[in-house]
Amino acid sequence: MSSIERSPWLIHYDASSCNGCDIEVLACLTPVYDAERFGCIVTGDPKQADIFLVTGSVNHLNAPILKNIYDQMPEPKAVVAIGACAYSGGVFAECYNVAGGVATTIPVDVYVPGCAAKPESILDGVVRAAMILKEKEKAGRKARALARKEGRRSPKRRAGGAT
Amino acid sequence: MKGIEIYVAIAYVILGPIVGGLLDGLDRVITARLQGRVGPPLLQPFYDLRKLLTRRIAPVNSLQMPLIASHLVFAILTGVLFFYGSDILLIIFVLTLASVFLVLAAYSTGSPYSTIGAERELLLMTAYEPMIIIALVGLFGVAKSFDFYAILSSKMPAYLYLPGIYLGLVYVLEMKLRKSPFDLSTSHHAHQELVMGLTADMGGPALAMVELAHWYESVYLFALVLLFFSSSWVSAILGVGFTYLLIILLDNATARVKWELALSFAWIVALVAGAGNLIPFYLISRGSP
Repeated sequence: MSSIERSPWLIHYDASSCNGCDIEVLACLTPVYDAERFGCIVTGDPKQADIFLVTGSVNHLNAPILKNIYDQMPEPKAVVAIGACAYSGGVFAECYNVAGGVATTIPVDVYVPGCAAKPESILDGVVRAAMILKEKEKAGRKARALARKEGRRSPKRRAGGAT
Repeated sequence: MKGIEIYVAIAYVILGPIVGGLLDGLDRVITARLQGRVGPPLLQPFYDLRKLLTRRIAPVNSLQMPLIASHLVFAILTGVLFFYGSDILLIIFVLTLASVFLVLAAYSTGSPYSTIGAERELLLMTAYEPMIIIALVGLFGVAKSFDFYAILSSKMPAYLYLPGIYLGLVYVLEMKLRKSPFDLSTSHHAHQELVMGLTADMGGPALAMVELAHWYESVYLFALVLLFFSSSWVSAILGVGFTYLLIILLDNATARVKWELALSFAWIVALVAGAGNLIPFYLISRGSP
């Protein structure tokens, strides 16, 4: 039924990364690694994206931007934190301006290890995130069906109370 | 003969998206093979469309969805009129109106990216319209009719009489199908300078409708190409197939141009290849009645 895992569209945001992981993210799109065979398209528009790729540590300046992009994405959505910095702040963790990993600002679904992360492991992270999206969509559909059932029951009760 | 038109028009409404989606999927597979990679499955555009339709997202404003829906309706109507064999002048008006609705939808979002995308789409419209009109006038000259079926059944090898106009039409099809080097307004390829351009701030069902309209458009645009090769089945298949592959090859082999170049070159091509073909053709055909 579900088709979201067949066409996971990506958006990529570089929170203060050293660009090492970003170059590897771009390498995933080249003919050598070919992310498109999984149906991935890099959109650049959060309203069209399903999976949010974040590289680098979060600092106090870019945390609101990260949150803003995340909030614009439609549900269900998945976040992939790529590299050591996105996990914990990495080598920049002790800096006065660094807040830490991506999880300090938005919920993370998949962590991709490495400094810099390898393209193969980034692709693995994207495919895992697509599987998580599938589960989230299923859970969301169940929750909506339950809410509809509740909603159908409750107005009747209210109508009954009024008469 | 009468009566078949309405069935073709109904078949276009039902089968148009299937053919258009397959053309899009085949395009993506061939593009991937040209770049030496595996690429997505053939049915990827349908997976994308189904996903986009299930995405739950609030539209940016109350105007966006009606405008995009109008774009889709007028794109379908253009094809219906085309395959119903209506007056070609009416078809050009409806074709332009469909594009105008998309531009208005992009303007309505207020995003700087979609605003620039909308401006570029308007420029591209001014660039390709003259050549499309010249192509239709040329086909009228060959078949002495503006009717799709009359041109189709005239069995005149239009590509032999109108080679310049055919080349000019391929040139502007690159714009109409949003292919490189003229994918200024929006592009499927990653990392363009305008984020998503025209389709920025269109998510979920809104983008699905734009995609669907694009599939409908590509079907009647290739039907227009078919008119140049309608003298026999073999030439029709070879001609349309060649045009399709040529457009994909150009898409992969060229870099995006600036809008000044796109506009001026399209008019130069329309003038040299289009009018340069049309004027001698009319003089010769008047000389030999």
